Amino acid sequence: MIDLTVTTKQVKQIEEATILFAGDSGDGMQLTGSQFTLATAFAHNDLATLPDFPAEIRAPAGTTYGVSGFQLHFGSVDIRTPGDEVDLLVAMNPAALKVNLSRVRLGGAIMVNRNAFKPQNLKLAGYGTTNPLEDGTTLQGYRVFSVEISKMTELALKNFGLDRKVVDRSKNMFALGLALWLYSRPLEPALEWLGKKFASRPKIRDANIHVLKKGFHFGETTEDFIVRYEVQPAALPPGRYRAIRGGQALALGLVAATAKSGLKLLYSSYPITPASDLLHELSRYKNFGIKTFQAEDEIAAIGATIGASFGGNLGVCATSGPGLALKSEGIGLAVMMELPMVIVNVQRGGPSTGLPTKTEQSDLLQAMYGRNGESPLPIIAPPTPGDCFFAAYEACRVAVKYMCPVILMSDGYLANGAEPWRIPRSAGLEDFPVTFASKTNRIFEGKPAFLPYVRSEDTLARPWARPGTKGLEHRLGGLEKEDETGNVSYDPENHQRMTQLRKAKVNRIQQEIPPLATYGDEAGDVLVIGWGSTEGAIRVAVDQARRQGLSVGAVQIRYLNPLPQDLGAVLARFDHHLVPELNMGQLSRILRDRFLLPMVSLNKVQGRPFMATEILQSITDLTSSA
Amino acid sequence: MRRPGAKRGLTRKDFSSDQDVRWCPGCGDYAILATVQRLMPKLGVKREKVVFISGIGCSSRFPYYMKTYGVHSIHGRAPTLATGLKASRPDLDVWIVTGDGDALSIGGNHLIHILRRNVDTQILLFNNQIYGLTKGQYSPTSELGKVTKSSPFGSVSPPLNPVAMALGAGASFVARTADRDTRHMAKILQRAHKHSGTAMVEIYQNCNIYNDGAFFEFTEKATKAQRTVMLEHGKPMVYDQGQRAVRLDGFRPLTIDLTSGRWSISDAAVYDETSRELAGIAGRMFGSDTMPRPFGVFYREERTTFEARLERQIQEITKKQGTSDLDKLLNEADAWEIV
Repeated sequence: MIDLTVTTKQVKQIEEATILFAGDSGDGMQLTGSQFTLATAFAHNDLATLPDFPAEIRAPAGTTYGVSGFQLHFGSVDIRTPGDEVDLLVAMNPAALKVNLSRVRLGGAIMVNRNAFKPQNLKLAGYGTTNPLEDGTTLQGYRVFSVEISKMTELALKNFGLDRKVVDRSKNMFALGLALWLYSRPLEPALEWLGKKFASRPKIRDANIHVLKKGFHFGETTEDFIVRYEVQPAALPPGRYRAIRGGQALALGLVAATAKSGLKLLYSSYPITPASDLLHELSRYKNFGIKTFQAEDEIAAIGATIGASFGGNLGVCATSGPGLALKSEGIGLAVMMELPMVIVNVQRGGPSTGLPTKTEQSDLLQAMYGRNGESPLPIIAPPTPGDCFFAAYEACRVAVKYMCPVILMSDGYLANGAEPWRIPRSAGLEDFPVTFASKTNRIFEGKPAFLPYVRSEDTLARPWARPGTKGLEHRLGGLEKEDETGNVSYDPENHQRMTQLRKAKVNRIQQEIPPLATYGDEAGDVLVIGWGSTEGAIRVAVDQARRQGLSVGAVQIRYLNPLPQDLGAVLARFDHHLVPELNMGQLSRILRDRFLLPMVSLNKVQGRPFMATEILQSITDLTSSA
Repeated sequence: MRRPGAKRGLTRKDFSSDQDVRWCPGCGDYAILATVQRLMPKLGVKREKVVFISGIGCSSRFPYYMKTYGVHSIHGRAPTLATGLKASRPDLDVWIVTGDGDALSIGGNHLIHILRRNVDTQILLFNNQIYGLTKGQYSPTSELGKVTKSSPFGSVSPPLNPVAMALGAGASFVARTADRDTRHMAKILQRAHKHSGTAMVEIYQNCNIYNDGAFFEFTEKATKAQRTVMLEHGKPMVYDQGQRAVRLDGFRPLTIDLTSGRWSISDAAVYDETSRELAGIAGRMFGSDTMPRPFGVFYREERTTFEARLERQIQEITKKQGTSDLDKLLNEADAWEIV
């Protein structure tokens, strides 16, 4: 075996790099990107990824709307975003170049599959009759590696006796091999993966491995590349790590909650992008006391979740914006019945069907207020893919402790994005005690009785009595409940009292929220307030602003309802308040309402995460206007 | 005589909650409630294992009056709660109470899916062919031309046939009974309860306020014998006190006059409740002035329940993969150590 790590090329040490693989949605770019991610994780770099693909499964080949991309930012330093600008774009066809060229930094590198730059493809990509590789202007200012990826793949597989389609589909492995060489990544993870994936089809396996190695060797032998890069391992805290996507982490968090609570979990869901991943993940964990139910529609999924929770189980369902809209009435019933459950919303671009595969944060107000009547519930938003694990665990724990539905707000970027994750030990997770009612709790009309709406003093939670428990037979429903007895009541005073109690109960959850950790300055000019997946970009921007001598801090709000108790005090320590959101200003509206402070909104709705520079610009604008 | 110390059996009273029943005086729902409350002690199920789940509408107040576990849920969604409950708690005895608007209009989708999945529940579909709780609009089972508040010139939508729909959805037990014949109702409900799988029972129920007499031709003495036929497994489809019968001409049901001398009892179709074909024919004896309306069990089939399949799959997988180990699962990936 050849030692693939020895090189005759000049090696340049770099701290970080952003690479973007782009091609047709049938070119296997997501796979190429995730294999590069795995190799990068094995090189012990810190990383963040941004898969970006069209809603169509196989959009017409060669078109700009059919371009699928996978962006990866990695380094020996702390990596928090998928990268503002791309250092290397791998474009498998003209459309991929057309769509992504503006994202490459000036002076950055572009590797193209020259064989794909044929008249037909150029026309489809909107280049007309000019070839950007040859016109001398389009790619001016970039380093271009024009590689015959298709042709070399064909040559490599000449003697494998495979049909053209299979050969053509292997070209992504050539690109992967070459990219791995360029950044000195190990080949082993990809080799191992191919071995497993095609175990039953040895011919395909061998062909892919052959092409992968050819790509790697090509880097070494060709004159095109004179420099090879090395990125040293990142200084991550000691521990055992794995690369994890937010979707996987969330699923594992639910499994952990099941294991630690001793409850059984029923996960009910109707397929919807980008939440389906959770259904796929959880369906594999049947031996963990987890049942999954693919319901006939979104409403049935929340109905089954309520049914399961009524039965003394952990009911969980996940959806995306349009599905959350359909679940509104059911969630209202859960608020009224005061049953514990978790509703995950993996946000995508809206309104209506919107941008199903793109990320956005525009469902916050829907989660807060999108139900009839006064129906408050807790909302938790994890800031990173890895934190989805802990947020899911936390959501389940809080739901059971306070007997209420909890909405967990993820988004397309968190769900599909990956990062290195320090694997927690189950023993280190917070305890998850569950108490079911077992006996009567009041003397009512002279007799011992079970009253389902008698509340705990500490949490204001009502008791959870499982059907099957003798003597605790009771009826719940959507009609207003009489305080304590739970009987139907139309009494005006009672409705007022119950409405206030439901609100007070959710507010009690403040006692679960740890004090806010301010990032950057503790007090000063500008406080950047974010929620969810914007944390990385905000922190990078804060670091850059502070390097410029500005006095800036940041908080990322994980509990959006109730808000942290000390938020008001933190806000008071800063002169200006900047709220960057991937919506038209939803958290800023909530904060203005709560604190009567002017909030400066930074809004972006392009289906993509923030770039740190965009936030930095707003910070500097704010300070210079002061 | 009861032996000293022996437990007293449960009675209707043990299944009646302390809540005042709030249906209109004279409503058919009272007869159904009384029949169910009387039947429960005979079913041999522990009271704490019983759950009644309803949607929205007059009939859906039912769970409040049963001294069992119960949920009064939202419009049309009772089957979804029941499915989630049975999937996670197969040990419970779950009953769904619904109406024609609740089950067939707003909840139509859930009804067909619970039927095809065969979740072990009993569905009591109170059909009064009207929206009662919203004060008298036409329902999906109202007859064509029905004049109501929302159709002052007559409804232009033909009615849905719940039995045919249930059969089409793949129901494993389908029956029809009426509020006026509580003995028949008790018998049918007992059989529905015994059935393993989703048992759908359509109950003709009189709304004396907004649709009084909708089913009188099938329930009242003057016309009942001529207008109804009782389906009985293995017995000829005879009605009108033995004077008439249903005969099959190929797949077409016809009525024959047994007193004319032209036909004898041996010409009558013999009902077989395990025959999907006969059920289809009997189920479609609907909306005709000449054919009698069938009551009884249309169809019954032994089929594995949804929750049993779910349990079995979990057992098989657990056997193969072993029981859970959270730490092992968390580490089950390409992982690396940083020291």
